[in-house]
Amino acid sequence: MLKDITLGQYFPGNSVAHRLDPRTKLLMVVAYIVALFSAVWVVSYGLMILVLAGCIAVSRVPVKSLVRGLKPVLIILVFTGVINLFWTPGESLWHWWVFNLTREGIQRAIFMVLRITMLIMGTFLMTYTTSPIRLTDGLESLLGPLKKLHLPIHELSMMMSIALRFIPTLIEETDKIMSAQKARGADFESGSVLQRARAMIPLLVPLFISAFRRADELAVAMECRCYHGGKGRTKLHVLRYQGIDYAALFLSLVVVAAVFALRRFGL
Amino acid sequence: MNDMIQTKSLTFHYPVEEGEPAPDVLRGVDLTIEQGSFVVILGHNGSGKSTLAKHMNAALVPTGGQVLVDGYDTAEEENTLEVRRRVGMVFQNPDNQIVANVVEEDVAFGPENLGVPTEEIARRVRQSLQAVGMEDFALHAPHLLSGGQKQRVAIAGVIAMEPMCIVLDESTAMLDPSGRREVLETVQRLNREKGITVILITHHMSEAAYAHRVIVMDSGRVAMDGPPAEILTQVDRLRQLGLTAPPTVLLLSALQKDGWDVSLDALTVEDCADQICRALGA
Repeated sequence: MLKDITLGQYFPGNSVAHRLDPRTKLLMVVAYIVALFSAVWVVSYGLMILVLAGCIAVSRVPVKSLVRGLKPVLIILVFTGVINLFWTPGESLWHWWVFNLTREGIQRAIFMVLRITMLIMGTFLMTYTTSPIRLTDGLESLLGPLKKLHLPIHELSMMMSIALRFIPTLIEETDKIMSAQKARGADFESGSVLQRARAMIPLLVPLFISAFRRADELAVAMECRCYHGGKGRTKLHVLRYQGIDYAALFLSLVVVAAVFALRRFGL
Repeated sequence: MNDMIQTKSLTFHYPVEEGEPAPDVLRGVDLTIEQGSFVVILGHNGSGKSTLAKHMNAALVPTGGQVLVDGYDTAEEENTLEVRRRVGMVFQNPDNQIVANVVEEDVAFGPENLGVPTEEIARRVRQSLQAVGMEDFALHAPHLLSGGQKQRVAIAGVIAMEPMCIVLDESTAMLDPSGRREVLETVQRLNREKGITVILITHHMSEAAYAHRVIVMDSGRVAMDGPPAEILTQVDRLRQLGLTAPPTVLLLSALQKDGWDVSLDALTVEDCADQICRALGA
């Protein structure tokens, strides 16, 4: 049952979006977020919707799976919508108890919900088209200059990739412990939320102990393979910007500039 | 032949709280392992065989005596990298030694740490995967492989560092019989074809038959040391040390006791069958 959990979901493929350098995609997401938060009115929002739609079309990621990604944040979306709808000061249209529906409120609610939806879909599009290893490689390379400030960038990216590596192993282990506990009569499925949470304790304790033991063994194994930090380390796959990367970055700059220009005219 | 690893009256105890007794796990081990040999180290649980193995690539440092790897003293901290570059280690649990989530990335981990240039890493990864027969799995996720395949990836990761010696610390203990065979065949081939020294720590008697030399450890000392035909046929001595001779030897020994004219030095099933046929024919 736990096998279907997929973290850092990645849809393998060979589209232009898949082939872009991970650093390009990270920078594009940053540009996209900046543009999204600078959009003020229908015209700029329309432009952003077009940009997102274009990116989705190019990546060939099914829209359905992008929409599915919104499910976990549905509550936040509804909450933001309602708050903005009823508690924005302005020209009142309808009033009851503490609820005060305003014209400005309707506008803001629509824009806010649209903004969050597009933010999530855009970032998901990146994780859907970039394998986790390439993503951590890209992050390490982009944040590389911060090493000069003695920030442990290499260590962070190593931690991230090891965490990703061990997700399936730990899920498998959880499955095994669950079966072992069930065989001895443990009940994980019935009872109140509190009871079910309590039933998780005999699952989590052995899982944590074994995770620590694994970490210890892995550290020894890594040292035995001459790991001594990021200094003097080379890479099997070196990231290189290609022509399409420059084109994509240029397009992102154009979009950001366009949104800034529209903002000046209040569009 | 050159000496690959040399231990001189090596003693070791694990660190303890002050005032508590520190029992020696290794109590004066003198061994010389020659370059290119295939050595099996046997011993029951707690005999010190794994502790000894960890001294061979400076994962542990002696509390007394000395360990020399290709002439480098493992106790000197600046030698650690040189020692580990020469002696690769494969551990028991395949899951806990695979670092990356793609096979080829994992094999590249060692050479990456050594600062090998990118093109050279790619070449080494390809060759190492070929050497263990895993070249078709270069782009697979390690957690989807079988135990034997994972251990072969771990071995590939070690040989990508181009070591002179591989130590397998009970690397076959968690595998099923077919996985065990895969790993043994792989290291035998590496030993034969590339001249890599192999030190195999195990408690499976049958694995000792393939060695050039068998060392039996008991309570932190070397109890027996010699070619397999000599060691594995000493049924009673092995039993004293908490080990059981291979089934072929046990069978022949039982036959000998009943008055049949057979010799004990048959380590494979075929040799054993030959012996029995000869005795029946006579």
